[in-house]
Amino acid sequence: MMSVAAARALTGGQRVFVGIGLPSTAANLARRTHAEDLVLIYESGTLGSKPTRLPASIGDGILADTADAVISVPEVFNYWLQPGRIDVGFLGAAQLDKFGNINTTVIGADYADPKVRLPGAGGAPEIAANCHEVYVVVRQSKRSFVEQVDFITSFGHGRGKGEREKLGLPGAGPTLVITDLGVMRPDPETAELVLTQIHEGVTVEQVKDATGWDLKVAPELETTPPPTEAELTALRELKAAK
Amino acid sequence: MAEITSLRDAVAQLVHDGDTVALEGFTHLIPHAAGQEIIRQRRRDLTLVRMTPDIVYDQLIGAGCAKKLIFSWGGNPGVGSLHRFRDAVQNSWPVPLEIEEHSHAGMANRYVAGASGLPFAVLRGYRGTDLPKHTDTIKTITCPFTGEELAAVPAINPDVSIIHAQRADRAGNVQMWGLVGVQKEAVLAAKRSLVTVEEIVDELTPVPGQVILPTWAVTAVAEVPNGAHPSYAAGYSERDNEYYAYWDSIGRERDSFQRWVDEKVFGVEVAQ
Repeated sequence: MMSVAAARALTGGQRVFVGIGLPSTAANLARRTHAEDLVLIYESGTLGSKPTRLPASIGDGILADTADAVISVPEVFNYWLQPGRIDVGFLGAAQLDKFGNINTTVIGADYADPKVRLPGAGGAPEIAANCHEVYVVVRQSKRSFVEQVDFITSFGHGRGKGEREKLGLPGAGPTLVITDLGVMRPDPETAELVLTQIHEGVTVEQVKDATGWDLKVAPELETTPPPTEAELTALRELKAAK
Repeated sequence: MAEITSLRDAVAQLVHDGDTVALEGFTHLIPHAAGQEIIRQRRRDLTLVRMTPDIVYDQLIGAGCAKKLIFSWGGNPGVGSLHRFRDAVQNSWPVPLEIEEHSHAGMANRYVAGASGLPFAVLRGYRGTDLPKHTDTIKTITCPFTGEELAAVPAINPDVSIIHAQRADRAGNVQMWGLVGVQKEAVLAAKRSLVTVEEIVDELTPVPGQVILPTWAVTAVAEVPNGAHPSYAAGYSERDNEYYAYWDSIGRERDSFQRWVDEKVFGVEVAQ
């Protein structure tokens, strides 16, 4: 459901910076269903990849073989991401807080002596800063959805509305958070994430129980429509293709 | 002019204890065989540089070759954590590992500055993140034209950079193609360089999208077929995705890792 909901968030012709895993599944599903002219950009240096199967990594050869152009990594970040040529950045998170700040660096308050050392920043800080919008795709639990992240790897909305503007960050930041339970969006007044949509079969209580802060719920809560037959078929085909 | 030599001799001559060493390759063309030769020759106190330290850096760190890591993303791509890296950071095993942490954009620009002969690079990066609090190689600089505050990062100039490529000719001109990552910049930024190649040929056949490193820009070239495994070389081999999952079971525990190093690294002779 999470990958279907994430795929639906993408619309035709958008230029999407794609990470491996769920973002890549969602972007490829969108390209196979309702958004075939979606432009997929991978940080390994491929512009406009059209893979016929799910890539196993961001550097899977199929991404280069099916791309409009293959470029160097400095070019990806300097020429394409930094000037704002990419519409949507798709990010995952180990920890996400109520203002959409993302941590993929360390769990624990002490950077030098962390409880858990995570992979680190990769391309995410600049993706979060420079893409027009950021969609976060992440499984939801009390451990991962926290009041405040231990480390800001990628800036969301800081501690509230207006902080991005103060820092001069060009993109709108996280506008959509898609989880296995539902969808959250920042409140237009405060930038705090609010539950706006739940997936079929999920209750609001369940979502609140999996959130480490007192999650606000939109007055007009929507339910994610179930996956269509076409979406399920496309997803199965993608996953089966070798 | 690049010297055509063996992997063993190249590592013996070019990589010294205490050096700053970059092995680059962005998923594609990762110089695994060269990394394992560094372990085999028991180099110590290396400062390892790499945007995406993955399996081969887990091996170098677990074998105790590194005292410091400069990087932007350390993981087993598509699988999970690097357990030897985590053990070194969290438990100082087998030796303490100092880290200097950046973003990809920051690392890419540090190589570009290094290759350009400049002392630093500027980028519109890191704003709002906690990285500058912990990494003293991230500073701010004011644009003299617009007054905008930007991030400044120092050039990386490794003592030696090592990459893997598809082909070289007998004069030592190197040809690579496919995902080229930051390899050209890493070689041009370095004081010395080693390129391992799938094969050495009489004449280089042009390939679409190729990058050429002329022989006079490279210190040494060694023929190491399949030297990128489990990574791949477009046109020669496929990525061994199963190996990345297999590594998780080897790297997870100190014992299984130690057995692996003894058998697969120290237990293997490479051509002289």
